[in-house]
Amino acid sequence: MSTTPARPRVAIQTEDFDLSAEVAALRAGDGAVGAVTTFIGTVRDRHAGQPDPDSASVSAMELEHYPGMTERAIEAMIDEALRRFDIRAARVVHRVGPLAIGDQIVLVAVSSMHRGESFQACEFLMDWLKSEAPFWKKETTAEGARWVDARVSDERALARWGIASTNASPAGTP
Amino acid sequence: MTIQIRYFASLREALGAGETLVLEPGAPALTVGALRDRLIARGDAYAEALARGRALRAALNQTMCAETAEIADGAEVAFFPPVTGG
Repeated sequence: MSTTPARPRVAIQTEDFDLSAEVAALRAGDGAVGAVTTFIGTVRDRHAGQPDPDSASVSAMELEHYPGMTERAIEAMIDEALRRFDIRAARVVHRVGPLAIGDQIVLVAVSSMHRGESFQACEFLMDWLKSEAPFWKKETTAEGARWVDARVSDERALARWGIASTNASPAGTP
Repeated sequence: MTIQIRYFASLREALGAGETLVLEPGAPALTVGALRDRLIARGDAYAEALARGRALRAALNQTMCAETAEIADGAEVAFFPPVTGG
């Protein structure tokens, strides 16, 4: 990396974020960038395990995090992405606090010279964040609020990158 | 020896945000798993929220850790459910 990031690489915030502004800031001053890959996660009105997958069951969401640890964990993930992939820069924005259906939750943005590396690094960061960054989602449904269960499929997604996680695994771990 | 304990998400709702635990002088080194057992032994809400049948995760000084990790004086130990961000 020849450029110094103008801003922190990780932001945990209650406010919304602007994709165009984030991409512009990520690319700013780096003429070697030829590709930017972004991922945005949003609040859904239904969840995978509900009886009728075609109906809305979730009306709101709230996110909690571990201040300090969350930032450090994602910083370490970005360091690893920079080691593994030929990328120029990366930025992660994750919202916390109360969110409404359709709201943006998370942004992962990666710049690189060529598209392949930023596509891969973006997915790598998102897969790792899902199982190893300390965030917790609480959904509001007609039956009340409930904490969202971790998914084993997220661990399998992370395992593709050679990283083992026991986040969603049942008792006895770690 | 002093340990700062923190809880998050459903554990925070059950047990509060955390506490400072002061151990007797000369107490043997404690692992994260032994601390969990010590808290479980309090019974009631602790026994239920930290029960061995539950999938919980732990962090030592803000890094994910195994229960075999040894706690040093002044450490921060956190217990929480599996993470679900993104």
